[in-house]
Amino acid sequence: MDNIAGTRSRLVWAVNLSAAALVILWLLPTVGLFVSSFRDRDQISASGWWSALSSSEQAVQVRASPPDTAVQAEGLFVIEGQVFEAGQSGAVAAFGTSSRAPGEFAAGETAKTAEGYELTVTADGSYRLTSATAFEGTRGERFFVTTETPPRLTFENYGRVLGAEGIGRSFLNTLTVTIPATVIPILVAAFAAYALAWMEFPGRSILIAVVVGLLVVPLQLSLIPLLSLHNQIGIGKSYIGIWLAHTGFGLPLAIYLLRNYMVGLPREIIESARVDGATDFQIFLKIILPLSFPALASFAIFQFLWTWNDLLVALVFLGNTEDQLVMTGRLSGLMGSRGGDWEILATAAFISIAVPLVVFFAMQKYLVRGLLAGSVK
Amino acid sequence: MEQFVLAGGTIVVGVFGCIGYFFLSNMALDAILPPRGPHAGRNITRANAIRPWLFLLPALLLLAVYLVYPVFVSVYLSFRDASDARWVGLGNYAWLVQDAKFREAMVNNLIWLVVVPALSTLFGLIAAAVTDRIRWGNFAKAMIFMPMAISMIGAAVIWKLVYEFRDAGQPQIGILNAIVVAMGGEPQTWLTQPGINSFLLMIVLVWVQTGFAMVILSAALRGIPEETVEAAILDGASPLQLFLKIKVPQIWGTILVVWTTITITVLKVFDIVYAMTNGQWGTQVLANLMYDWMFRANDTGRASTVAIVIMLLVTPIMVWNIRNARKEMR
Repeated sequence: MDNIAGTRSRLVWAVNLSAAALVILWLLPTVGLFVSSFRDRDQISASGWWSALSSSEQAVQVRASPPDTAVQAEGLFVIEGQVFEAGQSGAVAAFGTSSRAPGEFAAGETAKTAEGYELTVTADGSYRLTSATAFEGTRGERFFVTTETPPRLTFENYGRVLGAEGIGRSFLNTLTVTIPATVIPILVAAFAAYALAWMEFPGRSILIAVVVGLLVVPLQLSLIPLLSLHNQIGIGKSYIGIWLAHTGFGLPLAIYLLRNYMVGLPREIIESARVDGATDFQIFLKIILPLSFPALASFAIFQFLWTWNDLLVALVFLGNTEDQLVMTGRLSGLMGSRGGDWEILATAAFISIAVPLVVFFAMQKYLVRGLLAGSVK
Repeated sequence: MEQFVLAGGTIVVGVFGCIGYFFLSNMALDAILPPRGPHAGRNITRANAIRPWLFLLPALLLLAVYLVYPVFVSVYLSFRDASDARWVGLGNYAWLVQDAKFREAMVNNLIWLVVVPALSTLFGLIAAAVTDRIRWGNFAKAMIFMPMAISMIGAAVIWKLVYEFRDAGQPQIGILNAIVVAMGGEPQTWLTQPGINSFLLMIVLVWVQTGFAMVILSAALRGIPEETVEAAILDGASPLQLFLKIKVPQIWGTILVVWTTITITVLKVFDIVYAMTNGQWGTQVLANLMYDWMFRANDTGRASTVAIVIMLLVTPIMVWNIRNARKEMR
């Protein structure tokens, strides 16, 4: 019996550990971006984001004040000064006199330089260079210190990205695209789904098959024909155009999801309403629509995430002027023009994924339900 | 501000337009064919034959214009020249077959088609099996599922930071190179190395799609009848045997569904490649190639031809889906 209990608990451990490993692996990239968005430019290039919470070490070269500033005290020539500039904070961990061993001595120790001077650097950054004879030359003595800067997180990036980099404006543009493109297909699809679920007419099963088929039609096929159609009828690259496009592209899934859900509603409710003299329109509005709320919510989330996150449709059906450029488009532009500026990129990316993440965590239940109903069985 | 008025106005017009259309068209139908009077019976039958089409009309119109019509126009354009001025017959297809960039995109897409669905399903299955057995399973599921909410372009930024390269000697800020350096290796410019870079892009999509696979497969695993599991335990099956020989065979259908759904996503993958390498260094895929020909070369003929190829690749799955859906309806 002990034996079995032993394997069981070992199994539990293995399962827990592998789950933890998976979760960490899946979270790590996003956490990296999130942490980076709170670090300033220098910190990002000085160390990896994983060391954001430990203080960062930096080796820098310092030049002491020039020899003519030396003062004589107790028979020695002395130069004193401060490693840190005014306003800079930090602590010196180590220092050295040659570039080959920049951290040879701990703070507070006394080192001998190649010229025979004695150098002491204390943790607060003040140094003292002494010599028995007068200092030679005109330039100050060169030495090296390893400084420790305490971790510092900042919101500055957010202010900058929202304003100067135009992400704030793009945020509004994305919102403008997303909301109508989510609301309108729901109604159009709901009526169609009701007809396909509860009304008898010839050709119904063929139409359902067509909808299932259209579910997988690649968007790429639609881009050129529709863009030229939009140009011909005068919509051009405008919000109206992208709303219509998103509505059209979202419809197959909407109809499919809603029909599958509506078919499962109890027949008795609908039949008894018919017997009581309700028209199809009344049945739909008063009975079917309220009962279908979970399916409507599922689709709304899908469509919202899809339109918010879409890049391709926006690139094609919207222009890239200031009042039309959406966040995904702006982000891909920044990746090109500001490839190395991670403080900008990380912050902009995080702003663009924040809203979907909130929606995701708030409505996860409906999303899962929709996924389960929406994958063709 | 103006655009919000426009957006708000569109929502109002759209929503009330929809409701108004349905309401008025139904009223009109009842007025023309009143369900009472001398011909009540005949009128009701006729009205019932027409009414479904009133309900369907807006949706059918939109589907026809936005999804069916483009298929035909694309086929037409694929036989026309760059600016749709004259017929070129099979010229575009002939060009396609011998074009090096297209071959590269095709080969890459085929690799994507094998690697991404396979790894996503595998990781999804493992994640589903593991998270169903632990107390904090729901939390773990949410974390693995989360990338589904992130845009492909957001995912591209996230992973570009992971793959970031700094010269040897400087501190590495990309975690992949940091690990390589910590283990004594040389930092690499991962995204410019043909062969490896495509796989690194695939990993991004696997990262996104695993959550989807996990959610669907976890529901399927929970739907397995208890008796089969209990019987296997009584017969002394080890946990691994139980999983591989009893549970997995019972959810093959679902695994296939997950596989095909991810396959469709893969065929359409655009944003990741567009943003991370833009098809350079041997990472081209069909969707990005199509975009290149459409907007950089302004060649609607060749772009449409590439789009048709994508469509042809999707078609088997489309047929399979339709057959399954019809089987289920019966």
